[in-house]
Amino acid sequence: MTPAPSLLELRDLKVDRGGARVLDVPSFHLRENEFVSIVGPNGSGKSSLLLSMMCLLERAGGSVLWRGSEVGTARDALALRRRIAMVLQDPLLFDASVEDNVASGLKIRGLPRAEMRKRVETYLERFNLGPLAQRSARKLSGGEARRVSLARALAVEPDVVFLDEPFTSLDPPTRQSITHDLEVTIRDTKTAAILVTHDASESLRLSDRIVVMEGGRIVQADAPAAVMSRPVNEFVVRWFGMEALLSGVVTESVDGRLRVSVGGVEIEARGTEPPGEEVYCCIGPENVSVHLQEPVGVRDGNVFPGKIVNMSSMGPFLKLILDCGFQLVSYVPLDLFARLELRDRREVVASFDAAAVRVLARSAEGRPHS
Amino acid sequence: MDLIRDGILKALHLLVTLDPEVLGITALSLQVSGIATLISLLIGISVGTAVALGSFRGKQVVVSLVNTGMGLPPVVVGLFVSIFLWRNGPLGFLGILYTPAAMILAQSIIATPIVMGITIGAMQNLPPALRLQILALGATRTQMVWRLVKEARLPLMAAVMAGFGGVISEIGASIMVGGNVRGHTRVLTTATVMETGRGNFDVAIALSLILLTITLLINYCLTLVQQRERPR
Repeated sequence: MTPAPSLLELRDLKVDRGGARVLDVPSFHLRENEFVSIVGPNGSGKSSLLLSMMCLLERAGGSVLWRGSEVGTARDALALRRRIAMVLQDPLLFDASVEDNVASGLKIRGLPRAEMRKRVETYLERFNLGPLAQRSARKLSGGEARRVSLARALAVEPDVVFLDEPFTSLDPPTRQSITHDLEVTIRDTKTAAILVTHDASESLRLSDRIVVMEGGRIVQADAPAAVMSRPVNEFVVRWFGMEALLSGVVTESVDGRLRVSVGGVEIEARGTEPPGEEVYCCIGPENVSVHLQEPVGVRDGNVFPGKIVNMSSMGPFLKLILDCGFQLVSYVPLDLFARLELRDRREVVASFDAAAVRVLARSAEGRPHS
Repeated sequence: MDLIRDGILKALHLLVTLDPEVLGITALSLQVSGIATLISLLIGISVGTAVALGSFRGKQVVVSLVNTGMGLPPVVVGLFVSIFLWRNGPLGFLGILYTPAAMILAQSIIATPIVMGITIGAMQNLPPALRLQILALGATRTQMVWRLVKEARLPLMAAVMAGFGGVISEIGASIMVGGNVRGHTRVLTTATVMETGRGNFDVAIALSLILLTITLLINYCLTLVQQRERPR
């Protein structure tokens, strides 16, 4: 199947600030209807990437392409910005009524009055702002202000919406409700979206693709499942809550099979790292099984006795933290939890496949994922 | 005490009977200072906005100069405008010395830095990301600047009032370039000084009351603006 054509593309983008390179992106593309999350630590260049894509940041090199055509002139840049909407962390509403705020992007585009009124009504409705239409934007709560900023951005019916941490500092119920309205609108209007977020579950749930940034570079760009199963660096591991990040040294490496010493315990893994190499072993909680007795048929012998040191609820799962001489995390379905009669401090046996261990050379941290 | 009581009574009589001379002086004051304020708004807001939004070498120096200009002594302005408009001065050919036009020119020079300084402060106080947000909404540069001016309209109203309040109550420049010619360039402040000198306290008090009322109204409006909450 041929991939959907690129809506927005970056080639060899370079941005400098104060003499230092803050963004270096050889290639990036966004397809029609695609939802991409950008994650990364503070200062990794996420917001700069968005601004560059809107041609709002001076480039030291490279080009932005919209539907395959280079955005070269100021006129092209304006036309591009009129196809993209952006919602920033701060709602930055205008000192006017809610209705006027939602209409502001449409006024800028010179939409006929009747069409503008209809569009404003639609988007006030979509974001449950109807009763607040005449209220001054200065008198809104934080959640209401975010709704208005989203409605203002989406009312122009853009091809792409950039969401730069728009839900930060909202309480969970408000956040959930706003995310839901946004999700429905984006899906209904078939708008492509790029979301900069610090919320892993949000990015996993909403995204077709997750882009991981570090030091102004894209270090990984993959489907959520691939990012989770093959995290490129420690940041990604911690980001997605794979708490079992073990630091060790390769003691044996034969035919793609590794033995890694983690705090005196030997773990079987897959990889080609040479003996003596310092590595991280990441083991996703979904890959760790918990038994009452030593299981049979576990390949490569990753079976470790230990005990439960912490339990917390994750809806249909329980998150168990196990002490096996090193720390492991396991997600156990509630029915299994009840059947095994698990409880805090109970002695158990943990097992996982060697293939489930992601080995990450410590020296490779931050480099582009091959 | 009789002097004051009689003065106030006569002043009230002049005001209530709408004395033509007093009304004429008031009208000219409002006209001269109103036009000067309008000119200062046009120059002050546009240049102030350009300075606030622009990034150029020497910006701090320009802002410092504007801030200094906010306190320009009217007599100094009056002196230099007189020199420029003097028969043999660089602008002598205009022949406007001792006319309301010269007063408007001098008052504009006094008010412009006030409006400009307040404009620069107002624009610089807007959230820096607001510019990006407006551009991201698809605005042209002109639309962006217009939107920012609208966002800063409350402090800009203060600029209008500060500018107007500054020039309607100044005397140094008006008397130097206007000459206090009866029925031609006589305004509230110059007339008050003259009538006081002549011992016509009733007229002087009447003129002062009008000036005070105008100033009070300006300050009342200014207070209303300042007291308006602006949470973001």
